[in-house]
Amino acid sequence: MPLVSIVDVRKSFGSNEVLKGVSLPVERGDVVAIVGRSGSGKSTLLRCINGLESHDSGTITVDGLEVGGAATDMRVLRRQVGMIFQQFNLFPHLTALGNVMLAPRIVLKMGEREARDIALDMLAKVGLADKRDNYPSQLSGGQQQRVAIARALAMRPMALLCDEITSALDPELINEVLRVVETLASEGMTLMLVTHEMRFARDVGTKLVFMHQGRVHEEGPPKALFAAPQTLELQQFIGASRA
Amino acid sequence: MIYKLQFADLLPYWDVLVRGLAFTILLTLASTLSGVAVGTLGASARTFGPQWLSRLVGAYVELIRNTPFLVQLFFVYFGLPAAGLKLTETQAAFIAMTINLGAYSTEIIRAGIEATPKGVIEAGVSLAMTRLQVLRHVVLKPAFEKVWPALASQIIIVMLGSSVVSQISAEDLTYAANFIQSRNFRAFESYFVVALAYLMLAILARAILRALGSRLFPKA
Ligand SMILES: Nc1ncnc2c1ncn2[C@@H]1O[C@H](COP(=O)(O)OP(=O)(O)O)[C@@H](O)[C@H]1O
Ligand SMILES: [Mg+2]
Repeated sequence: MPLVSIVDVRKSFGSNEVLKGVSLPVERGDVVAIVGRSGSGKSTLLRCINGLESHDSGTITVDGLEVGGAATDMRVLRRQVGMIFQQFNLFPHLTALGNVMLAPRIVLKMGEREARDIALDMLAKVGLADKRDNYPSQLSGGQQQRVAIARALAMRPMALLCDEITSALDPELINEVLRVVETLASEGMTLMLVTHEMRFARDVGTKLVFMHQGRVHEEGPPKALFAAPQTLELQQFIGASRA
Repeated sequence: MIYKLQFADLLPYWDVLVRGLAFTILLTLASTLSGVAVGTLGASARTFGPQWLSRLVGAYVELIRNTPFLVQLFFVYFGLPAAGLKLTETQAAFIAMTINLGAYSTEIIRAGIEATPKGVIEAGVSLAMTRLQVLRHVVLKPAFEKVWPALASQIIIVMLGSSVVSQISAEDLTYAANFIQSRNFRAFESYFVVALAYLMLAILARAILRALGSRLFPKA
């Protein structure tokens, strides 16, 4: 059974159908790169997985728990999937360490010492042990995003959902974030990444998903798809992003 | 004839003045704590609560913001006994000020809460926090930081507005002035000194609130 299973999911905002029957299995350790034009439903798909948006029909399960299911405690489910956002969304009133410690403390009910140790581990993992006492406003965008990754990792999730996590960064800061993601991938973390970094999708992804007009238009091994896209839309998309 | 200032005529009443001053300070302190507590709960209910509660709080806020404080005070002191609730002057003054500051601070704090970026709330939710945890640990502190100057101003407005509690014979600073000038007929001197005392209190309160602000919200 896939870790994340998405079957025929539909979602509308008013009369605007944004997801028109999306199906996608994600196995443990998969690195799924999701690409597609703006408005094709990529963010909405990710947000349906942890219930930030509720889907209208179809089924999403995470580790056997059905998203939005009557028997599912969404908070239990959300512990299994971390989310990283384009805008970092750090808690502005807490230091880097405070940001990473908060959820382990109040959600996992860890003691101060234990939460602190884990948080420091995670900050070290993203290369920011020395920034633990800095507030978000004192960090660069790349550093903020790495704190956000550490914050998600501190919950020991089984999968991470990353929604264009380098799109708000200055070009010279993109790589430090991508390197962290690459390390996670090599350690076997299950990742679903919406990204515009085509080279990264090709080199690090184990699966490429091209979304178009609310559907999975084409999917497969990244290298094969980039070398020989089957549909005209993906051809055009790849062509446009190369230009 | 030229009026001759006789501040010395106040001296026999210095204890009345001090008691009035102490009363005003304590009343302000107590009703600030309770009023801001009410405002915090009100603002939380207004933004994170169920719709019926949000509406109820909205009605309370409108009611208080669109009626004079003196009438609110009279209602609590003279009106509530008709409903079987008999209060001392001090209790009535405290309750009226709490209700008043509660309403204004509900609106002020609500503005701070609503300025929270949606994504920051979603980050909390994604980390499996409950709505209440998000409110308490993620939203409230930055909200307070944002509206702290407005809140401080409102607290001072309420402190100065507390002078009307002398109308129900609560023995505050203004009551002291009324009392003294009715005895020594030195209205100018009495009200002048008391006005000065209010001015000092306001300046002091502002300084304390500012210091408290930079203590609560340390950041480079
Ligand atoms: N909260 C929302 N309310 C209304 N429409 C939305 C909302 N979120 C997204 N949409 C619409 O859904 C479509 C897909 O958006 P999104 O999933 O963000 O696409 P992508 O991430 O691929 O750019 C867009 O047309 C967008 O305007
Ligand atoms: Mg998007």
